[in-house]
Amino acid sequence: MLSIKGLHAKVDDRPILRGLDLEVGPGEVHAIMGPNGSGKSTLANVIAGRDGYEVTGGSVRFFGRSLLSLTPEERAREGVFLAFQYPVEIPGVSNVAMLKEAVNALRKHRGEPGLDAMDFLKLARERLKLVEMKEEFLYRSVNEGFSGGEKKRNEIFQLAMLEPRLAILDETDSGLDIDALKVVAGGVNAMRGSARSIVLVTHYQRLLEHIVPDWVHVLADGRIVRSGDKELAVELEQQGYGWVNSGADQAVEVG
Amino acid sequence: MRTAHDASTYVAAQRDAAADLPAAGRRWLDQCRSAALAQLELTGLPDQSNEDWKYTPIRPITREAFAPAQAGSDCPRQFVVASTIPNLDSYRLVFVDGFWSPALSHLDDLPAGVTLAGLGQMLDNDPARIEPWLGSALGSEPHGFIAMNSSFVGDGAVVEINAGVVLDKPVELLFVSGCGGSGRLSLPRNLVVAHSGSQATVIERHVSLLENRSLSNSVSEVIVESDARLTHHAVQQESPRSFHVGGLFVRVGRCAEFRSTTVTLDGALVRRDALINLDDEQAQARLDGLYLAFGRSHVDNHTHVVHHAPNGVSREHYKGVLGDRARAVFHGRIVVQPGAQQTDSQQRNQNLLLSRDAEVDSKPQLEIYADNVKCTHGATVGQLDEGAIFYLRSRGLDQVQARRALTRAFAADVLERMVPTALRSYLEQQVNDRMQAVSEIER
Repeated sequence: MLSIKGLHAKVDDRPILRGLDLEVGPGEVHAIMGPNGSGKSTLANVIAGRDGYEVTGGSVRFFGRSLLSLTPEERAREGVFLAFQYPVEIPGVSNVAMLKEAVNALRKHRGEPGLDAMDFLKLARERLKLVEMKEEFLYRSVNEGFSGGEKKRNEIFQLAMLEPRLAILDETDSGLDIDALKVVAGGVNAMRGSARSIVLVTHYQRLLEHIVPDWVHVLADGRIVRSGDKELAVELEQQGYGWVNSGADQAVEVG
Repeated sequence: MRTAHDASTYVAAQRDAAADLPAAGRRWLDQCRSAALAQLELTGLPDQSNEDWKYTPIRPITREAFAPAQAGSDCPRQFVVASTIPNLDSYRLVFVDGFWSPALSHLDDLPAGVTLAGLGQMLDNDPARIEPWLGSALGSEPHGFIAMNSSFVGDGAVVEINAGVVLDKPVELLFVSGCGGSGRLSLPRNLVVAHSGSQATVIERHVSLLENRSLSNSVSEVIVESDARLTHHAVQQESPRSFHVGGLFVRVGRCAEFRSTTVTLDGALVRRDALINLDDEQAQARLDGLYLAFGRSHVDNHTHVVHHAPNGVSREHYKGVLGDRARAVFHGRIVVQPGAQQTDSQQRNQNLLLSRDAEVDSKPQLEIYADNVKCTHGATVGQLDEGAIFYLRSRGLDQVQARRALTRAFAADVLERMVPTALRSYLEQQVNDRMQAVSEIER
């Protein structure tokens, strides 16, 4: 479904990703872990198509189609969703207005008729419950004045509305207390399914206690240096990332 | 090269027309007109050597000799009906090229204590009622165009709300220009008097019948007596080929409140002056403005707020959206006179540039002659936030949708406070329609 081969990318002329390989199958949940600066967020942003991330080599294919030549909105319409590490505040644009336009853009792309206001609201109310958000959040400006936890919940709410085939969660656990983390994880788990793959980008293992991954990968110095099952995350939590940096060049991919 | 048609064109036209103006021969009125005419002749039309016109060349206007419109031009009733604001229940006065049309107006069930009439009719029938007010909020003529309006003063709207009367519906003044053909000059003068403790909303709208070139020179004088609350909305939506100059001159009394929104949607060259005098203690004014300028349009808003007495409050917020090669000017002058202690004044001007070739000149100017006051001002000129654009695109909105949503959001907060809501919805739609048509939102 998602197939990344030999991906190299630069930010501000600095090489960040150096030959990254990753295969994600349908319905799988993959966690990408790694120390700060290892390229986790760069990977998330390259897949979503953010400006300023220059791909210098390799390929990213989504259902056999190259993503790299697509605009961000084309990727979104193909079913790629990025939950932002730092969700943007957009004063004056309400959640409901943004999502209605987004949902209908995606539906149009799939050749489905747009949702009318009633059906849209019905869906939105249902999905709000997944992340325990009140209806008033629909009518507030996107992320404006939201607490850190509300912003992250809003990202997962959007995920639930847009029903992507691939969701990338960029440090969604950062800045959340344990209660908020449980709510966010509950929302993500509710959206798990055979037609939806999830990539969790995280520094800490704690998110993975609530969203249990099928695979865990360790990213260091722009490459996957180790892969394994959920036990790998526990190991990392106990040992830290020290070994990763020192041994990155010799690391052999397993699993 | 064509000859420029300067003040002398209009001085001559006024001399031709003077004898036929309403209530001509009445001494005080003749004096008003001739004093203004002398001023026009003396100072001429403003040029860029005048600091207040530095960024607004009037050459597009002086290329042509606009002829003062005649009364009696036809404006189809269907046009007026089609121009109305959906769901807005109002008392409506309609003006055709600046002349009141009783037939097109709608004044049914006007409550007692409210006068709505044409200025020309009032000058003919009851000039003594007009005499104390005419020119009283204007004071001296700030520049040649306003003097031109005063020299021709004849028709327009009179809105008088008696003391303590709370008007149940807004008063809508609809000015239709271009009815008498291309190249016409309309010169309405409006007089709004809100007596003590009264409350009313006046909506002034300028539209064009046809897409022809015209010059509107519209001046409104507003007197808000003590404890009265008056809201004034001015909406400029004449043809994109039209020229519009005009002004709003206001006196606000003790504990009185004046609110205004000035919305400029269309026009090749638009210059609006606002002079707000907070005459007495605890007078309050809120001035909001929104201007859109695309193509090669030029929009100039010149505001001047004077705090004369203690404990006055003024809030000013103008926002502009510019695209293509459009140009905008905002000049916001705030004067706090000696003795106007505890003045609380805020001014903001924010501009959004959608193209590299658009340009804005924003000039805040504070003059404070009292020592215990709180005055702030700020001006910004910026582009759309690329981070927000990416966020929206990552949700599936394309470039155009994303940029349009953000541009609408920028414009929206000026309209947010507007009452009546029917007018607000109408203007939001008008803004959206223009965004829809703009090419460089698409980059």
